[in-house]
Amino acid sequence: MIDFLARSGRRYLDALASLGRASAFLVQLLGALPSLFTRFSLVIKQLFSSGVMTLSIILVSGLFVGMVLALQGYNTLIGFGAEESLGIFVAKVLVRELGPVVTGLLFAGRAGSAMTAEIGLMKATEQLSGLEMMAVDPFKRVYAPRFIAGFFALPALAAMFSAIGVLGGHLVGVELLGVDAGAYWSQMQAAVEFREDVLSGLIKAVVFGFVVCWIAIFQGADCVPTSEGVSSATTRTVVYSCLMVLGLDFLLTAIMFSV
Amino acid sequence: MNSRTTEILVGLFMLLFLGAMTILALKVSNLTSLSGANGYQVSANFDNVGGLRVRAPVSAGGVKVGQVSQIIYDSETFEAKVTLTIDEEFNQFPTDTSASIYTAGLLGEQYIGLEPGADDEVLEQNSEIGLTQSALVLERLIGQVLLNK
Repeated sequence: MIDFLARSGRRYLDALASLGRASAFLVQLLGALPSLFTRFSLVIKQLFSSGVMTLSIILVSGLFVGMVLALQGYNTLIGFGAEESLGIFVAKVLVRELGPVVTGLLFAGRAGSAMTAEIGLMKATEQLSGLEMMAVDPFKRVYAPRFIAGFFALPALAAMFSAIGVLGGHLVGVELLGVDAGAYWSQMQAAVEFREDVLSGLIKAVVFGFVVCWIAIFQGADCVPTSEGVSSATTRTVVYSCLMVLGLDFLLTAIMFSV
Repeated sequence: MNSRTTEILVGLFMLLFLGAMTILALKVSNLTSLSGANGYQVSANFDNVGGLRVRAPVSAGGVKVGQVSQIIYDSETFEAKVTLTIDEEFNQFPTDTSASIYTAGLLGEQYIGLEPGADDEVLEQNSEIGLTQSALVLERLIGQVLLNK
């Protein structure tokens, strides 16, 4: 019994300690950011691996999510004779919610896990220690470029997701189900506000980008340097990122849209 | 993958981002209006346009023949002046065609319905539709019902 209590207590203390390490890590990470102004090519390289490589999955899923929204929305709205409002439904759902959230989840799965695995493997093969031996700060050289690149890439991907989703909604709603194209776009434009909806969605994506990159890079840098440790750190990245994205989404929605 | 290709692809990525933002700003939200319709414009004055919006459909016999391209308030006649853009292929509307504002379904958006007259001459660019019927405003209808009792 005592043993059980001690073990469960240690688990919570471990979790707390890891949160503390993550916070200290973030402070160090933010401190290393200004050095990137002189080495921007590192960021471009990371933008390629986290942004460009995630592009295809984002565009394909955005298209399909938009198409599904149009199908579902049409079947619901036609009951009220309001199928002309399909554009509002598709655009608002995508721009406010699904664009940032689904992009955050996909980004965590595609780019976040890759970041953790790469950094974890660097640690396991002692490349990070090697860098430190050569007096190269891994925060400036390895972590900060990845952080900034992911931080920029996620909002960009979210915007693309929403844009192609609206086009997918047009494809199904207008071309397939016969909603009037003028009504689809005019009602959408009348109802969707740039600041209220589009910018709020973008702010969500920025927050998700920050959190997902923080988790991914920290888990990589903090992992147990064995192949097993790297694999469990990668799993943790995906699980924690998804939970944080969904939890923060509720919080941000409550702040942005409730009043 | 050499760094030149990487840079080009990242540049393309940023370009796509700009494109997506442009679509979100111009096509999805209402920062400015894009109208790419080609056809001829006719105007019609209404006492009250209700909830009619720019880009609302214009239909004749239930078939879409054009869209609303502009709604302004005419301070000389104290009426709303609506400019309709009718597709080029429907250029056979008589000059005594009447225009009415209807609502699609109970909660749907408002559109303009055209009912062709019998005149020999046809509507052309910048001609005006004289016979118009305003939108039904629910409050006014209820008021009339109450007064007639």
